Amino acid sequence: MSDVAVKVQGLSKKYRIGQRERYKALRDILTQALYRPFRSVTSAIKGKPAQKGALSGDGYFWALRDISFEVKHGEVIGIIGRNGAGKTTLLKIISRITEPTQGTVDIYGRVGSLLEVGTGFHPELTGRENIYLNGAILGMRKTEIERKFDEIIDFAEIEKFIDTPVKFYSSGMYMRLAFSVAAHLEPEILLVDEVLAVGDAEFQKKCLGKMGDVSRQGRTVLFVSHNMSAIRKLCPGTILLNMGSIVMAGPTESVIARYLLDSTSSLLAEVELPPGDPNAFGEAKRLRFFNQNGKPHSQFNLNESWKIELEFNLTSLVTHVIAGVGVVTSDEIPVITYWSKPGDLQAGRYCVEFECNLPLKACELQFAVGLSSHEQAFYYKDHVGHVSISEVLQGGEQPFRASGSGLLLNSTLPEVRRVQ
Amino acid sequence: MTVEDSDHEPVSALIQYNHTHIEPSKGWAPLNFKDLWEYRELLYFLIWRDIKVRYKQTLLGIVWAVLQPFLTMVVFSIFFGRLANVPSDNLPYPIFAYAGLLPWQLFAFALTESGNSLVSNQRLITKIYFPRLVIPVAAVLSGLVDFAISFLILLGMMAYYHIALTPAALTLPLFLLLAIATALAVGLWLSALNVEYRDVRYVIPFLTQFWLFMTPIAYPSSLVPLWLRPFYALNPMVGVVEGFRWALLGTQGFVGLMVLVSAMVVTFLLFGGLFYFRRMEKTFADII
Repeated sequence: MSDVAVKVQGLSKKYRIGQRERYKALRDILTQALYRPFRSVTSAIKGKPAQKGALSGDGYFWALRDISFEVKHGEVIGIIGRNGAGKTTLLKIISRITEPTQGTVDIYGRVGSLLEVGTGFHPELTGRENIYLNGAILGMRKTEIERKFDEIIDFAEIEKFIDTPVKFYSSGMYMRLAFSVAAHLEPEILLVDEVLAVGDAEFQKKCLGKMGDVSRQGRTVLFVSHNMSAIRKLCPGTILLNMGSIVMAGPTESVIARYLLDSTSSLLAEVELPPGDPNAFGEAKRLRFFNQNGKPHSQFNLNESWKIELEFNLTSLVTHVIAGVGVVTSDEIPVITYWSKPGDLQAGRYCVEFECNLPLKACELQFAVGLSSHEQAFYYKDHVGHVSISEVLQGGEQPFRASGSGLLLNSTLPEVRRVQ
Repeated sequence: MTVEDSDHEPVSALIQYNHTHIEPSKGWAPLNFKDLWEYRELLYFLIWRDIKVRYKQTLLGIVWAVLQPFLTMVVFSIFFGRLANVPSDNLPYPIFAYAGLLPWQLFAFALTESGNSLVSNQRLITKIYFPRLVIPVAAVLSGLVDFAISFLILLGMMAYYHIALTPAALTLPLFLLLAIATALAVGLWLSALNVEYRDVRYVIPFLTQFWLFMTPIAYPSSLVPLWLRPFYALNPMVGVVEGFRWALLGTQGFVGLMVLVSAMVVTFLLFGGLFYFRRMEKTFADII
């Protein structure tokens, strides 16, 4: 078929567990080789089969498993799924950053991928220099960059600082410039990973507008996001991934509905958090949710107050530690951020409890967890956990109707007065 | 999947799209220089970045490019030339040493930079596709600016010692090419190994130090016994350094055979490095 832009067939990708986190030192291989005979001896004594090397199959996991789909030219397709569902791996294979373990991809057209904005930005170089460098890295020709140069600066709103090294930029300016270069990329097929989660709301809106332009120009786009409203706005069709397989593909509304339904079934009162940087001062371990009676729960009623408990580890003495939990709706609207009181803490296990007394409407909540020392984050994970606030009350009384838009529950019903 | 979408017509099938096919590769990959050529602008910008950034926020800036070989030459002249009385092929010792240090600095710098290049460009490798070969190649070539500047000093020294340029100087680019090829050959091996084994980072300083002693920089290769010389020339930098001196200073120590042996060793190393690099390339993004 000539109108196919991307054709994915039986695509699978296998990773070695821990492969992404650690590189090998020769020392490890040597010690492994040294210990191996002893290990088989000890296991023989214990009567267990000798453990084989890490390469022997059991240390693998499948990030993608037998994925097949087709995207036609001019289609804008969203890809959604929980963390670790394989969304980014899929984009990485289509953009040729990494190879599949099995299966094939056929691409008809020039591919531009945006897995991150500002890839290759160098802090010592000026805004102007970085535009050229980043443009070249993203695959633009020099003449193309020159042609679009003014447009890029206009879009980023940084005219005044164009000859300042970007290390002196505020993070907002940095992200704006980075996105602006990326947004002026003109490939036939555009792969975009969660890059809109940057900048202030106004700039996000502008980015969404730009992305909308892109799709209206008849470009093919694969767009990964956790931001359901962005997906709704941009993509007529969506693919839902879970554990490396396609759960559903079709019109966006029904796929999103399925996704939210799936999420509800994953409600857990206790969530193990993904590991952080092994070299950091420590990491957050788990989140727990309790109701007022101290019972683990993950579904709460309107106006019910509940608690979040964050447990974390420190590996050394850390000064001015703050543990924080951000509450975010499933549509990515931040609700509130809770912080602990700053303190100097010895190595060890800690926990902190946050009291949630939020007048929220019925909604699905997720969380962002961070640890910082002197306002410098050393652990951060978002899109973790899932709590559901529902309207159903036990007992007969009807709750206040949460109709219309807005996050908060309207609990007042004032009388209407007649005005003379 | 197909999604009904009435908003826009599918792009006309008349447009000729270029086709990319992705599948798991097996074994040795072809070198694919065509792909590398496609990305020549990226190569240019990476070299440009490395040069631009190198002396940012330093007090002396580009002066460092001159200072390093120059000070080494001074130290060599005092200890080897004056105190140890090392022969220097009937040339003033300082210019003898400097003419050797010049290609050596280029080589040592290019080797170190390219050996660490993949690891220091981690972000690029995990986020964007491009032929990975661009990175070590850019690292090697970015050393040429420093070389050009310190070369001017050599010309100044030649004027000072009244040594005239001869037509032999026209062969200099060949020896320069040989030095770059040597650095790239070893750099390719080291950078690819460095992705998986970070030990390489610690190996590189030792390697360059040992290599310095195995190369006739502080001493002439005429000190090496005749029967040992073919083996000595297995070190490609021997051919490079002797070639430099022959081309610029007209030393007699130059032996065509030495250069030939060096060139052969480099060709062998370079192609081995290229194929090894291409073979490992597909795993870079996963394990770096």
